[in-house]
Amino acid sequence: MSEYYTSADHFVLLPAIMLALFGCAILLFEFLIGAGAKQRRWLVVLGLAGLAFTGRALWMQQAALNAGAQLSAFKGALLVDGFSLLFNWIFLFTSAIVLLISYKYLEIENENHGEYYGLVLLAQCGMFFLACGNDLVTIFIGLELMALGFYIMVGFLRNERRSNEAAMKYLLLGAFSSGFLAFGFSLLYGLSGSTNLRDIAVAISQRGAGDPLTFLALATTSVGLFFKISAAPFHMWAPDAYEGAPTTVTAYLSVGSKAASFALLLRVFLGPFGDLRAMWQPLLIAVALLSLLVGNLAAISQTNVKRLLAYSGVSHAGYMMLGLVAGNQTGLQGVAVYILVYTFMNLGALLVIVAMRRENILGEDIDDLAGLMHHHPVYAIFMLVFLLSLAGIPPTAGFLGKYYIFLALIETGHYILAVVAALYVAVAVYYYFRIVRSMFSREEAPAGVGIPLAGSLGVRVALAVTGALTLIIGIYPEPFLRFAGESLMK
Amino acid sequence: MQIGTGHYLVLSTALLLIGTLGVLTRRNIVIILMSIELILNAVNLNLIAFSRHYGHVTGQIFAIFVITAAVAEAAVGLGILIALFRNKGTVLADEIDLLKW
Repeated sequence: MSEYYTSADHFVLLPAIMLALFGCAILLFEFLIGAGAKQRRWLVVLGLAGLAFTGRALWMQQAALNAGAQLSAFKGALLVDGFSLLFNWIFLFTSAIVLLISYKYLEIENENHGEYYGLVLLAQCGMFFLACGNDLVTIFIGLELMALGFYIMVGFLRNERRSNEAAMKYLLLGAFSSGFLAFGFSLLYGLSGSTNLRDIAVAISQRGAGDPLTFLALATTSVGLFFKISAAPFHMWAPDAYEGAPTTVTAYLSVGSKAASFALLLRVFLGPFGDLRAMWQPLLIAVALLSLLVGNLAAISQTNVKRLLAYSGVSHAGYMMLGLVAGNQTGLQGVAVYILVYTFMNLGALLVIVAMRRENILGEDIDDLAGLMHHHPVYAIFMLVFLLSLAGIPPTAGFLGKYYIFLALIETGHYILAVVAALYVAVAVYYYFRIVRSMFSREEAPAGVGIPLAGSLGVRVALAVTGALTLIIGIYPEPFLRFAGESLMK
Repeated sequence: MQIGTGHYLVLSTALLLIGTLGVLTRRNIVIILMSIELILNAVNLNLIAFSRHYGHVTGQIFAIFVITAAVAEAAVGLGILIALFRNKGTVLADEIDLLKW
């Protein structure tokens, strides 16, 4: 330990070290043990062990934070607070679920390679830096680390054209948006002379509103961020990437990447741009309303469940942004709760689609789910819970997320926004219930009904956990609300 | 005439716009990737101009990181492009049409 790397730095960095270490260990280990299917199971175990060590490091940070310690490292480049820890727990949960469900799925796709598990951990390492980063360089590198992992994972079915195309489109638009974001970052550095978000906030408040350089920085940074959270009109990549990617990666992308990008968006808009609320609020309202419109209307006509969930994800991004528009305590708590419940319900819904993939059946179309209630009632009921939650119907968790967003909008006097947002719930119910109707229908059973679902032990465990959490948060929300609320307070 | 930070800013903004136009209008994916590189080079130019303006090296360090990320992105991008070309036999963006809404 030296002047440049103190033990305090080490303590903050420990989760990322664990993730990078185990991520690289998996790559090396796969090389050492050879390509046998039996041995590859150990890679999943190794990945889960890495997550366990990461979880332990996060737990120690949480304990230190609860004891009132100030955790920052590398002269303020990394910051561990309740906010970043909340997101890191979400990332940890998501990666664990993804590791559990991937093995069987990749075996069926005949693309079970060890790199995949390494990339899951390395992408999570990038997310860690996105949640904790308080410095432009750190944030940019974290973003790239996450994005590069996802580009490869989306294209992981390298012999399938759909997957190739999805990866290509995602990479082109992702790199394009990273370029815009980096341009915004370079201007932020230019107008403050520092890469630390706090110094930038001070510099921006001194320059005041109406400064052209500040405006350009805000505009380019926002475009980059809106791309990353797949908000309309910058959402074009999401449906293609979600549909073409392996379903397990779709689950990771739609939850992990979105939560990490939202963490970045909140940090940037509430930090450096905090004083420019008058400038970005109308912009955010416009983008949120457009996301609700495009997401909900485009979802109506979809026949592919993954694509439908991509468009519904666009509308969910709109709801989360409305929480930031309200911007009071309730609104920010609402955003945190919304991201938390979105993690569970969206992961759950995609888990069922993962289980539908068997032998030569893709199982992604709404028609493929026809009659699910009659031949696999447990999966159908889980799916029903997740869809109810996504639509925001009590007593599921999704209701709670929407409730706080609407409450915050009403508290801050955005009555029209609250009404419009509530009306879109009715549209959402319509398209989610198209899936439900298909599941409960008795007529025309799809081909391959006789083939059992691909519910490995991992999928069943993951399904039980996400389903239970979706219901428990809906019925008994207090501990989760307190957790999310306290996280933001610190 | 003294070349100042303002001039560099104008140049980098022009590069950003040229890159954006390239991404939006070109058909060939290799050229789209090159346009993205152009955008990232606009970023580097900005960073280095500001670094000189303030008289410290932070911006130059940032630029090195941006270059590294750009290289990694190009490597992955070309890798995916090769996989796509093997399966599909084209590098033209408008012929990639399997996924559509």
